[in-house]
Amino acid sequence: MSDGGDVVSDGGDVVSDIVGDIVQDIPAPVCDNIVTLDAELAKKIALELGLTADEFLNVVRTQQRMPSLTELYIYSLMWSEHCSYKHSKGQLRHFSSKGKHVLQGPGENAGVISVGDGWAVAFKMESHNHPSAIEPFQGAATGIGGIIRDIFTMGARPIAAMDSLRFGTLDKPRQRYLFDGAVAGIGSYGNCLGIPTVGGEVYFEDAYEGNCLINAFALGLMREEELTRAVGSGPGNYVVLIGSSTGRDGIGGASVLASQEFDEAAENKRPAVQVGDPFEEKLLIEVCLELLKAGKFVALGDLGAAGLTSSASEMASRGGVGIDIDVRKVPQREDAMQPFEIMVSESQERMLAVVKPEDFADALDTCQRWGVSCSQIGSITNTGRFVVRDSALPADAQIVADMPAEMLAESAPEYTPQMSRPAYLDKLQSYPLDFVYECVEDNILNEVIAERIANAEILGLDAFVGAQFKGAQFNGTRFKDTQFKGAQPVKDVTAEEVAAITAALSAQAKASFDIAFLSMLASPNICSRRWIWRQYDHQVGNNTVVVPGADAAVLRIGDTGRAEMTCRGIAMSTDCNGRYCYLDPYLGAQIALAEGMRNLSCVGAKPAAITDCLNFGNPEKPEVFYSFHKAVCGLATACKHYDIPVISGNVSFYNESFGNAIYPTPAIGIVGVVENIANVCTSDFKQAGDTIILVGETLDELGASEYIKVIHGLVAGKPPSLDLQLENDVQSAIREAVSCRLLQSAHDCSEGGLAIAIAESCIAGNIGAKVTLAEPIPDVAALFAESQSRIVISCTEANTDRVLDILASYNVPFSILGETFGNRIYVEKSDGSALTPLVDVSLETALKLYNDSLEQMVNIK
Amino acid sequence: MKNYKIYVTAKEGIFNPAGATAATALGQLGYDGVNNVRVGKFIELQTKDDVQRQTVTEMCEKLLANPVIEDFRIEEE
Amino acid sequence: MSADTNAVSLKFGVVVFPGSNCEQDVVHALHLLGHEANYVWHQDTELACYDAIVLPGGFSYGDYLRCGAVARFSPVMESVIAYANAGRPVIGICNGFQILTEAKLLAGALLQNRNLKFICEPASLIVEKSVCKWLDPKLAGSVLEVPINHNEGNYFCDAKTLAELKENGQIVLRYRQAANGSLDNIAGICNRGGNVFGLMPHPERVCDFATGSTDGRAFFSYIFRYILEIASNTKNNLNKNGSLNSDDLNSDDNNIIGNVEVAQ
Repeated sequence: MSDGGDVVSDGGDVVSDIVGDIVQDIPAPVCDNIVTLDAELAKKIALELGLTADEFLNVVRTQQRMPSLTELYIYSLMWSEHCSYKHSKGQLRHFSSKGKHVLQGPGENAGVISVGDGWAVAFKMESHNHPSAIEPFQGAATGIGGIIRDIFTMGARPIAAMDSLRFGTLDKPRQRYLFDGAVAGIGSYGNCLGIPTVGGEVYFEDAYEGNCLINAFALGLMREEELTRAVGSGPGNYVVLIGSSTGRDGIGGASVLASQEFDEAAENKRPAVQVGDPFEEKLLIEVCLELLKAGKFVALGDLGAAGLTSSASEMASRGGVGIDIDVRKVPQREDAMQPFEIMVSESQERMLAVVKPEDFADALDTCQRWGVSCSQIGSITNTGRFVVRDSALPADAQIVADMPAEMLAESAPEYTPQMSRPAYLDKLQSYPLDFVYECVEDNILNEVIAERIANAEILGLDAFVGAQFKGAQFNGTRFKDTQFKGAQPVKDVTAEEVAAITAALSAQAKASFDIAFLSMLASPNICSRRWIWRQYDHQVGNNTVVVPGADAAVLRIGDTGRAEMTCRGIAMSTDCNGRYCYLDPYLGAQIALAEGMRNLSCVGAKPAAITDCLNFGNPEKPEVFYSFHKAVCGLATACKHYDIPVISGNVSFYNESFGNAIYPTPAIGIVGVVENIANVCTSDFKQAGDTIILVGETLDELGASEYIKVIHGLVAGKPPSLDLQLENDVQSAIREAVSCRLLQSAHDCSEGGLAIAIAESCIAGNIGAKVTLAEPIPDVAALFAESQSRIVISCTEANTDRVLDILASYNVPFSILGETFGNRIYVEKSDGSALTPLVDVSLETALKLYNDSLEQMVNIK
Repeated sequence: MKNYKIYVTAKEGIFNPAGATAATALGQLGYDGVNNVRVGKFIELQTKDDVQRQTVTEMCEKLLANPVIEDFRIEEE
Repeated sequence: MSADTNAVSLKFGVVVFPGSNCEQDVVHALHLLGHEANYVWHQDTELACYDAIVLPGGFSYGDYLRCGAVARFSPVMESVIAYANAGRPVIGICNGFQILTEAKLLAGALLQNRNLKFICEPASLIVEKSVCKWLDPKLAGSVLEVPINHNEGNYFCDAKTLAELKENGQIVLRYRQAANGSLDNIAGICNRGGNVFGLMPHPERVCDFATGSTDGRAFFSYIFRYILEIASNTKNNLNKNGSLNSDDLNSDDNNIIGNVEVAQ
């Protein structure tokens, strides 16, 4: 090491030139005898820490000298992808966060909207993919912890959480380990906090095998005037650290993990995984909300990725002030921690507050009552500098970092990566799907399924469940090897074996699509998620009006703690079909929004705003960045069309392993308002004799469908089309019918198409249905096409005319399908005169398969 | 300073679901020789020199183990 | 006072331990039933002013060592034990039940669920014929739908204790279908006097029409009779152990203690 005078390196001339240029823009340093690194060494460390050579020069330029070791660590984290969004910032400007009900858009810990009567909700979705891929239980648990802190930081009491999860297929032991562990981790953390986990979504696709996705979505409720921001102010005010002690956990954790691809060395990163303490977090919630309410905090922020560094510098930057921190005043749980370790540690369950000196005693008192640690670690200054000192060092060498706060937080580099349209898109979108129809026409559908069952190597499962695992391809090259008329045998299966299974299947079947239908119900992407949400406390808080398993969750707006109850509610949903986004990122992202809105409309809620969690591969790869760009544009355009602001969100890049990227997965979390919770509608059929109506229209669209994946092991074709205006009209009509209490049930038609939507309403209500389809399209499409803008509703016979009037007034297509009836799921086709049965299965068979499939897969031994 | 090691195990005859599950899993991994698995807790206790074994026993009886369902064993280093 | 189901408004003390998370739900349910409810911080020890004490659900002290093991040593628990031994009504729900067993106010212990998973789902409970003061004896034999929500709800006690529980009518609730591996499908038990009641299911979650069924109301709307009985007995009726003799509870004396107020 040398002192700052010796700035000489291969970049030395450039550095001194630049330093001369920009001197006037940067607040003056507090101290100029800081111990800086030798130029060569600094550059070497910078590169090791993930900064590029240009970024390193930028650091020198900003500092107007070589950085100290602590400064270099701090810059490398603040300018990492995870903290700085350097590859995505430009694209994110496409989103609009405007809306008259928006109280806080992106840029804070969470977005906030007004939901009427003086109530507001704060919400955000965030990824915790990389930590979870290493240690699923702790990774998922700390993901919940982080997003919950983002919510109560804003002054809101967290009242609900959801999760959007993606894994590889469950025939792989590691995928079962990841899935089981992540679900247990989410439950363990959320349950302990007393925050209900009210739903979510999960998909299993090969594309996520190397990189599972754990996106946590949380929502909190507050009175509008309670909104708090992490804006530091008032020189002389104390900077106070509240919560857990600081260890070496996750040094370079989230920010490092989330900023590079995964490889075999990932397992060795295990020590960097943070361990969550939900009990401490529960106490933090109570302490912080109590002190916020008492007006004892000037500002509050949580310590997330990059720990103290990022929360302190952002707080200073937002407030245009400086911060001066003494690392020795930070309670430490490990010996001999270096200043940079303390500054970048990602120990969980810590909050940073700005407190007026006269309020500190009260803050301390409240913390002590709850048994929570509270330490003054520094002060707000008027220098605009982010200063880190170590009072254990000799008096003249205590300052270890002295940086311009605003530049550090806001002047990260911004990149516009190259884009190029992935070659696979044209090939897969135009892939001929004739064989899908031919299989049906040639009457060999059962034989195709029989081959998949015969090929299933996993024993101890229902045949339909086992058959899910064969022939699933995703990457656009492997499917060439598969012969579609009868899937390619994976092991040696004799023609006799297949014939025997075909005969057995056909003997069980009463109608031509029975076997295909049951296979679909057992699909891991369709079957019941009860095994998951049974492990989550989804009712604590006494406000859960619609529990998991429905289209959207509904929570009453009310604060049980204050005995303030309303009859209004908040609806929440998360959505994204990654397969659609893989096959058409623009359209796929739009469908994610449309489906999320549709889920809300089904329960009777009007969509108000979204948060997003954009999960992609390596943005430096032109094909990945193309998908990112298209998905963002698609989502932004649809949001503008519906006037839905994007109020918070997160980008997760580098979701790749061994060079394979995940499906582009722009998951959205959507929030809407229910005007009267007594009017909410659920998806289950209620009684026999009700009229079943399809609102919307089924088109011959099997591309990207679950059907061709489950039956033919194929990911190809173009996702279903989306007419933004029709979608809007269908949803408006449904919301009106729900608010007039005319509907018995409403259920979104999504993966698996109409046949599955009807089956799900039957299974949820434990009542059969008799349905006649008359659309002039092939039977297989009528049953399983995933055409958008469709909702299956039921109403009493007496209300049917009024419902039809409403549908007519919105000028939306609809068809009366039949009625709820008996204990079979019966679907027939009418071609004017003749009636042909397509599906005829007992409700009991369907129910058992649908309910048990996931648990069977998880418990494969 | 003294170091005590405390082993807390499920009492004889009390079903130990964690142990039973581990036993089944070991069997499935091909370890046929496993007759029984009992999963318990291991506690490391660092005390001042004057803390006697009898006091540690009290700690176990009072807090660290639940005598209704658990046995404990203390080792002093 | 709500016009709902109660003729009498009681004052409940709802104990808050660090990590409790159902205390607000209990208070909400009690308010719906027209009762008054105050939070009692775990370091407070003054319970005399309450007609009944609730130990709510949650994860006291993170449930890190054993569920309820640390909470049992909170200052408030000495008072709860004295209060219970004086024959006054105490109910422990979920974590509260676990704390009551750790405090030895109730027999047995709660082990991890048989399937090693947290379970949150509706449960059908059979009300047994018991000495429990919290439920209307007329409910014996009926079925109540009350959700369970726990990771350690698998009730266990030794054979001798089980025989005693049966003999003394201390088994209050059983699951209709096996839920978590509980011995004899036990979902709730009481002490011999019937004034201390612990159960794993969460009745406070099913008291509000807005969020579902209201079977849970039965758990908070009958105890007033017992409280009136105690009230109508003078303190002289306490037996030497400090606990109430149930034969003493049928006096005609109309003295009222605590905060029981009779509806007009």
